[in-house]
Amino acid sequence: MKAALFITCLADGLVPEVAQATVRVLERLGVTLDIPLEQTCCGQMHVNTGYPREAVPLIRNHVAAFEQYDAIVAPSGSCTAAIRHQHADLAAAAGDPALAAAAAAIAARTWELSQFLVDVLRVTDVGAFFPHRVTYHPTCHSLRLLRVGDRPLQLLRAVGGIDLAELPDADQCCGFGGTFALKNPAVSAAMLADKMAAIRATGATVVTAGDASCLLHIGGGLSRLSTAVGARHLAEILAATRSGR
Amino acid sequence: MTFLGMPGAPPGVGQLRQAEPFPTAAARALEDSQLRRNLRHATSAIRGKRAAAVAEVPDWEELRAAGAAIKDDVLAHLDRYLVQLEDQVTARGGTVHWAGDACEASQIVIGLVGATGESKVVKVKSMATQEIGLNDALAAAGIEVTETDLAELIVQLGRDTPSHILVPAIHRNREQIRDIFTREMPDAPRGLSDQPAALAEAARAHLRRKFLSAKVAISGANFAVAETGTLVVVESEGNGRMCLTLPRTLITVMGIEKVLPAWRDLEVFLQLLPRSSTAERMNPYTSMWTGAVEGQDFHLVLLDNGRTATLADPRGRAALRCIRCSACLNVCPVYERAGGHAYGSVYPGPIGAVLSPQLTGVADNPDLPFASTLCGACYDVCPVAIDIPAMLIHLRSRVVDDKRAHQRTAEAAAMRLLAWTMSDSRRWSRALRLGRAGRLLGRHGNRISSLPGPLAAWTASRDLPRPPRQTFRDWWRTGHRE
Repeated sequence: MKAALFITCLADGLVPEVAQATVRVLERLGVTLDIPLEQTCCGQMHVNTGYPREAVPLIRNHVAAFEQYDAIVAPSGSCTAAIRHQHADLAAAAGDPALAAAAAAIAARTWELSQFLVDVLRVTDVGAFFPHRVTYHPTCHSLRLLRVGDRPLQLLRAVGGIDLAELPDADQCCGFGGTFALKNPAVSAAMLADKMAAIRATGATVVTAGDASCLLHIGGGLSRLSTAVGARHLAEILAATRSGR
Repeated sequence: MTFLGMPGAPPGVGQLRQAEPFPTAAARALEDSQLRRNLRHATSAIRGKRAAAVAEVPDWEELRAAGAAIKDDVLAHLDRYLVQLEDQVTARGGTVHWAGDACEASQIVIGLVGATGESKVVKVKSMATQEIGLNDALAAAGIEVTETDLAELIVQLGRDTPSHILVPAIHRNREQIRDIFTREMPDAPRGLSDQPAALAEAARAHLRRKFLSAKVAISGANFAVAETGTLVVVESEGNGRMCLTLPRTLITVMGIEKVLPAWRDLEVFLQLLPRSSTAERMNPYTSMWTGAVEGQDFHLVLLDNGRTATLADPRGRAALRCIRCSACLNVCPVYERAGGHAYGSVYPGPIGAVLSPQLTGVADNPDLPFASTLCGACYDVCPVAIDIPAMLIHLRSRVVDDKRAHQRTAEAAAMRLLAWTMSDSRRWSRALRLGRAGRLLGRHGNRISSLPGPLAAWTASRDLPRPPRQTFRDWWRTGHRE
């Protein structure tokens, strides 16, 4: 199986371990990965902050980088949702029907990591070993825009040595919301406090999710409180094996 | 509270505007721990009940689609349905008035009350009359108003404003309500307890006297059937029905989007509304009347107040599908923490964040489209399938465009620079390498705990990881086997 990886801008520049783990999981499962380095960013931050026209060159760049691939994987529910639900619409609104058609075609071939593993590769046991108490936070865009359902949990349940703890009020937003965290810091912090309390109530030492962005917010809060709970992307847990890491 | 005369504001839109920025109002609300407990308790209880009530209906998704389709048909042919409604109401002895904005609607109602020679009115719970600030306008005209919905009465007696569409006093708990009744209701029993039954009984006795003496009533409407000219009010308490039936004159103020084409359309909405709002299979009281009934004088005031302007935006007009159930408020994590007053409008929560800025124009409510994490919980529960997150994103661009038309903003400059950088992978690679300079900030403890400028809002409550030595693309390019 051949696939292209959409790194996502955040993983590329700030948390490369997320993209590296994605590479490890996919290569271990026999996927031949191509990573076109012409890629940059899905443009979601521009769109969701009120700058859709500024996002159009980013969409054009994304389409040019990925047009030739049959399957595209991204370790992010949010970025995948932007590609699936925003790109074609924005290109059409910008008066570029050719770009809109190309973006729609790419959208249909773009998969969030857990969807790609469960729906395309049809695996749930990826041969991972992670002997820690873990709780899973379903990020809003993977839950409500992509409808990934329990796919991440199917993958986590098959991880060797894992002690999976159910997160209370799991479907409640963590309060990140992109630039919401900067524009409404008080409400964002209040939501984060409740999410952290729920995480700590599970006794888990690791909180995981399918979005590095939400984890930056949750992990940043846990770090500020000097808790012993770490935030690790789903890919990092799936990449961990008995022998390595 | 009226905002009339605020600089730059369009005239006459009523109580729909922010008095202060949402983030400021929300931050203050967050400091009120009593308010947070009240809201959390109330919203989490109704969330669970709504989910159970909806789960009972096997064809809920079909009902929801039908509700959306009927409303979209109404919005596409509003001109025809409204004239049909006017014809039917008029043919059955009612009088129809058209009001362009809040001021005009209030003046019409004041004139109608004045013509009866009465100086007291009773009111049925109504969002439209709250929207236009009718109570203040009536009071200024020397007319005494009594709200008869229990929660609206609590708000009125507390000289407060509603903070929820369905439960206007959701920010109050029963001890606070007992204190308001004891202080403001001259006929409240001595030693009133804070038990719900005792509070309801005190309000009942107080209101009974008002009902029996009232000659004029004012209501809103949940629906109006164009085909027959029938008005519909659904409620829980029966106080609305007292107002609708006892007084000699009934004045109904209704937003123009409330019209439905045909009687049979009620089948859809009388299932969608109660389950979504009060989590009931059927609301206890459904009152319907057609024209002037049994010698009553009936006046229908059709209110625009920004609705046709909302209709003009293809990406915003679906907000007019709203049937004011408040399910989106109850599931919204931002509403739960900020409370309704932070939105500044009588329409709070997710629907308020898309409706208020459209009714007033985005310049008057520029923060509201940003008062959301875009988590999508509101869209999932909306009984008429309004894609609120997508609409919020659209309205954000309208706010940004409106601001850009008047001034240069640092945010717009930063966004343009970032877009220029990110639209080309060579520029982006160079920027990523420059970003490694951020490692200096994180040399203590391998994390960044303090950032300057707008990013200080991030580090106020969260750390940021230290940027890596090597970007992912450099790791991949250099053979990626570390």
